[in-house]
Amino acid sequence: MKDFGYSISKGRTLNYDNSDFSLKKTLEHDVVSYCRCIGCGACASTCSAAKFTDFSIFKCNMLFRNAKYDELEQELSKCMLCGKCTLVCPRGVNTRGMILEMRNLIEKNKNNNE
Amino acid sequence: MNNFHPFVLPFTIGTVVLFIILFALFVKWLLQMDKTQKTTALKNIISFKTLKAVWEAVRECLFHRNIFRTNPVLGYMHLSFAFGWFLLIVIGKIETTFYSGTFWDEFWLAIFFRFFEDTSVTFSGSELFTQLMDACLLFVLSGIVLAVIKRFYSKIYGMKKTTKHTIVDKIALTSLWCIFPLRLLAESATAGIKHNGGFLTQSLGNLLVGLPLEHITLPLWWMYSIALCLFFLFMPFTRYMHIFTEMLLVFLRKWGVTENNQKTGYTNIELNACSRCGICIDVCPLNTEAGINNVQSVYFIKNTRYGTLTKEIADNCLMCGRCVQACPVGIESTLIRQIMRKKECFNNKDYYQYIPDKEEKQISEEKEVIYFAGCMSHITVSIPEAMKHIFAAANVKYWYMDENETICCGRPLMQQGLDKQAETLRQKNTEKILSSSIRTLVTSCPICYKSFTEEYHLPIEVLHHTQYIDRLIRQGRIKVNRSDIKVTYHDPCELGRGCKIYEEPRHVLHAVAELMNVKMEKENSLCCGYNLANTQLELEDQMKIRNAAINNLTAPKPDTVITSCPMCKRALQHGINVNIKDIAEIVDENIAK
Repeated sequence: MKDFGYSISKGRTLNYDNSDFSLKKTLEHDVVSYCRCIGCGACASTCSAAKFTDFSIFKCNMLFRNAKYDELEQELSKCMLCGKCTLVCPRGVNTRGMILEMRNLIEKNKNNNE
Repeated sequence: MNNFHPFVLPFTIGTVVLFIILFALFVKWLLQMDKTQKTTALKNIISFKTLKAVWEAVRECLFHRNIFRTNPVLGYMHLSFAFGWFLLIVIGKIETTFYSGTFWDEFWLAIFFRFFEDTSVTFSGSELFTQLMDACLLFVLSGIVLAVIKRFYSKIYGMKKTTKHTIVDKIALTSLWCIFPLRLLAESATAGIKHNGGFLTQSLGNLLVGLPLEHITLPLWWMYSIALCLFFLFMPFTRYMHIFTEMLLVFLRKWGVTENNQKTGYTNIELNACSRCGICIDVCPLNTEAGINNVQSVYFIKNTRYGTLTKEIADNCLMCGRCVQACPVGIESTLIRQIMRKKECFNNKDYYQYIPDKEEKQISEEKEVIYFAGCMSHITVSIPEAMKHIFAAANVKYWYMDENETICCGRPLMQQGLDKQAETLRQKNTEKILSSSIRTLVTSCPICYKSFTEEYHLPIEVLHHTQYIDRLIRQGRIKVNRSDIKVTYHDPCELGRGCKIYEEPRHVLHAVAELMNVKMEKENSLCCGYNLANTQLELEDQMKIRNAAINNLTAPKPDTVITSCPMCKRALQHGINVNIKDIAEIVDENIAK
């Protein structure tokens, strides 16, 4: 496993006034269990992709909440959907559903903005 | 013209329009099939397969043998409609051929024969034909009575839920229900005047004699003709399209055509062959356990056919395959679902650049098997551990391909329609597998097994560990003791219905323990609820489905429940009061020292 924990994101300034949080509302509606994530990192510690590269669902979650969609898109495409994360999640988060839905929403959002 | 009356026009127009539409659609679909499907079909047209297809078409489309298996009353209902109507047409045609002395009479004559019949003309067997036609009509009418009852009390047919139909379906259904009672009334009224009826129509005709028959006969014949016309005109747009499409499907299937991974004309034929009988609703665990009843194959197929498919319907499916197993038409709805989930928008970039190229490490030549545990086995470590012991006991040299790190086989991505990503993973894995010269691959995961056998096209032998252990025992390479613990076996969806592997695990279990039967097993086994094909289902619903599977497995009070899938093991483990083991573990425990 590569880096893990709170050091995985670099420090940055977020401008919440200019961010679009509408996608988050849709995700909360479509994947109800998304809100249950407590960022414990069980998913990242078992992740097949994380064996090779920096990939953590916790990080994806943070990027999504902060509306950093471009960066997130790159992250999400690393997932192999193998499903180990769902089976180890102590909070019963539908992680695969969440990742796929994030990808769909970002794709839709891109098309809308074009 | 002797045999013409304006009331035959609606029927005539309806029939002509129906057959033009049918012909156009069939030609369109056949042309839409892709090249391999076309060549397979053409190659097999002139062969015994065609004769077999004729027999199957008679058996399924007329006699509905598969529905009989589900429920005899339901089967009889379909038989009386299809076979009864078929007989009415065929015997009617023979009757008019005798009557008019030529086969090439007006084609509506057979349908409206009693109206046009000149009672002064006698022909051989006329009395017999009259009685036969009445018997057929009674046969069909009995089916209608059952159908009407079914609409309101579906429980007596063993069906808990029936399909919710569209408005157009309901119009077609109503006209279909009206056709035969109207025919009965029209023929009886005519019989009341002309005395040309059989045991049924004449008796009813005699009862009607008191009425002003000369005024009501003609309107009845008009209504009968219009009901036929309505049914024929609506048919291509409703579920009744299955009547003719099913026959086409039977032939194509016998000629070896299968679904490939694109939506083709064959997919359209499958979609239109669905009669929306709703048998798939009752076997779907999402319906029976989680109360989700708008996503089943019947609704999925309906929505795909009419272009109203939503993401929720397409994605909310475990692909456990119980509906395909139960479908009387044998429609491969899970494959169609996989096709419809395709997400082309994600195919335009390169994925998984981070996966390192294959290591240059040389795999020593003497090794006998490649062992691929699979992603899921890395969270149920006892399975690969048990496999290691078994390999050691059998003195098998093996290469543990994904011991340190693993990439997925790609099947979960395939199931979600992410083809390009899956293809990338398949390439990486294939390179790695073929970098050794080992000729046998053993995997512990049914998902990987299905992927390796069906999607990879590997030039080497691929075995699931149940098959491999079975082989080791049969060859005497491992000796096992038979313990007296009682076990039940959970058939994983992907291994059982997916790959039809039922006997090997049972053979192994008979060798090491006392195997008990459970109510739902083999083809009918229940899904553990965690199947990766579904990304919509939330934990609460997964748990309900899992609990149903556990109840089924623990009903005969076994000491241990055995499965052969790391994911099923993990899923069932979370349930209460279950002691669950993989088949490899129980074999490992009972190896004779």
